[in-house]
Amino acid sequence: MKIICCLKQVPDTTEIKIDPVKGTLIREGVPSIMNPDDKAGLEVALRLKDKYGAEVTVLSMGPMQATEVIKEAFAMGADRGILLSDFKFAGADTLATSSAISGAVRALKDYDLLIMGRQAIDGDTAQVGPETAELLDIPQISYAKSVDFVKGEFVVERKVEDRTYTLKAKGPLVVTVLGDQVEPRYMTVEGILRAVQEKEVEIWNASQIDVDPESLGLKGSPTQVKQSFGKQLKSAGVTHDNVDAAAGAKLIADALVEKHIL
Amino acid sequence: MDFSEYKNVYVFAEARDGNVQDVALQLLGKGREIADKTHSSLHAILVGYDVKKEAQKLIAAGADEVLVVDDKLLEEYVTEQYVQAVYHIVSERKPNIILVGATSIGRDLAPRLSARLRTGLTADCTKLEVEEDGSLFMTRPAFGGNLMATIVSPRHRPQMSTVRPGVMAKLPADPKRKGKVTEIKVPFDVEKMAVKVAKVVKETIKVEKIEDAKILVSVGRGVGRENLPLAKELAEVLGATLSGSRAMVDAGIIEPARQVGQTGKTVRPNVYFALGISGAIQHLAGMDESEFIVAVNKDKYAPIFKVADLGIVGDVKQVLPVLIEEVKKILATKA
Repeated sequence: MKIICCLKQVPDTTEIKIDPVKGTLIREGVPSIMNPDDKAGLEVALRLKDKYGAEVTVLSMGPMQATEVIKEAFAMGADRGILLSDFKFAGADTLATSSAISGAVRALKDYDLLIMGRQAIDGDTAQVGPETAELLDIPQISYAKSVDFVKGEFVVERKVEDRTYTLKAKGPLVVTVLGDQVEPRYMTVEGILRAVQEKEVEIWNASQIDVDPESLGLKGSPTQVKQSFGKQLKSAGVTHDNVDAAAGAKLIADALVEKHIL
Repeated sequence: MDFSEYKNVYVFAEARDGNVQDVALQLLGKGREIADKTHSSLHAILVGYDVKKEAQKLIAAGADEVLVVDDKLLEEYVTEQYVQAVYHIVSERKPNIILVGATSIGRDLAPRLSARLRTGLTADCTKLEVEEDGSLFMTRPAFGGNLMATIVSPRHRPQMSTVRPGVMAKLPADPKRKGKVTEIKVPFDVEKMAVKVAKVVKETIKVEKIEDAKILVSVGRGVGRENLPLAKELAEVLGATLSGSRAMVDAGIIEPARQVGQTGKTVRPNVYFALGISGAIQHLAGMDESEFIVAVNKDKYAPIFKVADLGIVGDVKQVLPVLIEEVKKILATKA
């Protein structure tokens, strides 16, 4: 079985601060991490590898710094790692990103399963999985919590709100994985050594993938950011910090009466 | 691309088990405003099995026309079937704008559809504005709600966005409103429907929908497991629904369906009680549109007080018992 697993390096959004004057992100000092849903996707791939034997290739796109997440994936158990890095990929929206990924997947030719996290914590779009599946003209199953392989078919459990679906499909297909449903493994010492000593990240540029160059980067992006700004919070009301519990409770009750809630 | 060919506003009217979802009515509310401003018409796309009966509801909510695809193939939501149905309609009709609810289904369907149309898609929008020439400005949170971005589609049509449920207001239903119902037969390509549904298990425990609640009593780390009974009692006397922060869901104290915030649900109840919730930006993103926000927290510097209409710096353990008694007293005088 051959599995391709997409990973994105993202800033840890729980550590992000906004410049209050310019309304832009302060990126300095913010740690970069492997996107949590993608890490869960890698775990799903590695479980299939543990169970049935598989070659797991991880694929990322970004600046050279993103080799870090690929090395982390090696240390967790991935076999091969490719970073798409080229200024021609820069400024891509979700469709142009999906074009680049689908081009790389086509160049890799032989695969049974393409796994991605449901969404990245910096963009939160959840669009790259389905868009890539469409560009590759293969089926998609999103929000998976587990993937198994039975009698030549992938069996995917997907969780959507109040129901769990068991779905079946033959490969190749795209599965997007929910981070909160899968606990990823830790890197092992042996894995870290292997990552450092044996494994090389392959760097691919735009000419090495199988795609129309017009569909890449800013040029290939139908959507554009017109403006970005810090979130305007509504103005504060009244906060009482010098009342005892009873007086505080009374203030709340009075407000509920005044608002005709009670 | 000749933009003049692309006209009117289309809303994907999500239905589950044959019932139109509230988000569809919300999108029609916004869609009506956009259609009126751009002198165009508003169309709802209703796809499913045994859904035709819901068409009038969509007209009452503002649609000029409802396009119905009613087929047994569409009984359960599966991506390919639904995308084929919607694609068949929009590739022929050429909308200027397509709106889809940013639900689990909408966020699976819309990107597959936009890629098939080779157009752009903006995810999970919380604000939509339109110019008279039909250009759409789509605003959405990014970086975990830390930043807002306004997205445009300058060279492609249709302009597509998924819209966060609970953010747009629906119109009051007008049962006398007239509209057209058009039934569409889709030539399905069954060969491409490669994903088979083997089993569907519905959770038996029914959690109330927090996004529909008029009053929410929302609990955070400051309430914890030990004071949860107090919060539940307050919710009960107020006839409110219990919700909470991500911390409480991660700790397994409340169910995931009750989570408010960026990774949970967006709510806008009449009253939102934030009890022992510090108010991380991810949480505020899901509740700061509430009409009246009451916050109780020990830490007077907690960010929740920046959005609270009424803030009490204090311990929920001490404030809640008195508040419950006060509420009971007031209700007794009204009974």
